[in-house]
Amino acid sequence: MNCELTQRYVSGYLDGELDLVRTIEMESHLKGCPTCAQELDTLKGLRAALQRSALVYPAPSAFRERIQTSLRASSRVDVQERKLRWPSVNIWQLAGAFALLALISITGWRLTARLRAPSGEQQIAAEVFASHVRSLEANHLMDVASTDQHTVKPWFDGKLDFSPPVEDLASDGFPLVGGRLDYLEGREVAALVYQRRKHFINVFVWPGSAETNSTPAIQPRQGYNIMRWSRGGFQFWAVSDVAASDLAEFVHMLQAGAPPQAK
Amino acid sequence: MLETVRRERFEQTVLPHLDAAYNLARWLTRNEQDAQDVTQEALLRAFRFFDGYQGGNVRAWLLTIVRNTCYTWIQRNRRGDRTELFDEEIHSMSFAGGADPEAQVLAGADRESLRRALEDLPDVFREALVLREMEGMSYKEIADVTSVSLGTVMSRLARARTQLRESLCVSLGKEP
Repeated sequence: MNCELTQRYVSGYLDGELDLVRTIEMESHLKGCPTCAQELDTLKGLRAALQRSALVYPAPSAFRERIQTSLRASSRVDVQERKLRWPSVNIWQLAGAFALLALISITGWRLTARLRAPSGEQQIAAEVFASHVRSLEANHLMDVASTDQHTVKPWFDGKLDFSPPVEDLASDGFPLVGGRLDYLEGREVAALVYQRRKHFINVFVWPGSAETNSTPAIQPRQGYNIMRWSRGGFQFWAVSDVAASDLAEFVHMLQAGAPPQAK
Repeated sequence: MLETVRRERFEQTVLPHLDAAYNLARWLTRNEQDAQDVTQEALLRAFRFFDGYQGGNVRAWLLTIVRNTCYTWIQRNRRGDRTELFDEEIHSMSFAGGADPEAQVLAGADRESLRRALEDLPDVFREALVLREMEGMSYKEIADVTSVSLGTVMSRLARARTQLRESLCVSLGKEP
């Protein structure tokens, strides 16, 4: 790869979006070319400035309420409109619609047969997901707010029958912001809260029966991503609305930390 | 009755992404009041189309609607000042590889200069940066929301960053 090509692809490289071949070519070029390496540094500086500057505009709370009110009003109007329109439907259209509906239901029923019998795993995934959404909605993200792992870890003492492993990943771009108690699968679990830009990552930890360490697998759910793995006698579930690649990176960092010890 | 269930489902699924929707609208309209109006209109449209939502990435689905609503609004309210699309093939990139530690200058840029430089970018560049740097979206997601190819996303982001740098260097009194 020459300097001209590097110039074209360096931004994609910064985003980790190049294919493997180009990534390798880019890396070998960057090693030998100080000008292009400096170009990459400049882009990193720009990104750092953007992320440090709190440029995200959150929705004002009065506006949030206005949205909910207007949704309610709109759903009432819809009902009225549907009632008014009803008599104008012709009988054949109605018959056709019923036939189509029946077809869709049968197909849908078959397609979702596997999904309707949730395994234990999916049950937990659903609980983890619900817990995450609730923690953000109910303004109950943290019981102990601290960026210090040596504050968060002792806080769980006496509240749980185990001591969860707590890692701070601030230097990797995922600062620990706190922890709280949560309730999953019929037991108390530790929830550790990390931040990625303005997004939060909930990591749920509890002792698992599985002796073996399992590698993480990612599953998307309504715009969120969930990852689970087990390690050192603990079960871990991470959930967030960050991009799948970010979450995978986060889990990778978490695993690279000191191996957790069960009490 | 059914309508209530449908609304509750919408509120649970879509409203958690209200902040993302508002932020995108805020950056595209560059005005708080307009952003609120556009976001509200987009959410009501999303609610109407909700039966057509097939599952999958709800944030990308919502932001696509927000973006389209924004562009309709922009066309209605602005006359071509900054809405014209850039011809990315013709505008070739300039290489700013001087020997100066530009990285340090940029890393030290204050919020106000950044905000102004970002607001001055053409809409398609600004939205790409907002989706990437603030929403942390992948190129695939950005491509879906903005209905362009992955290659276009990559080139828009590259051009957006180059322009942002140039305009920051000018405002911070440093030759690019």
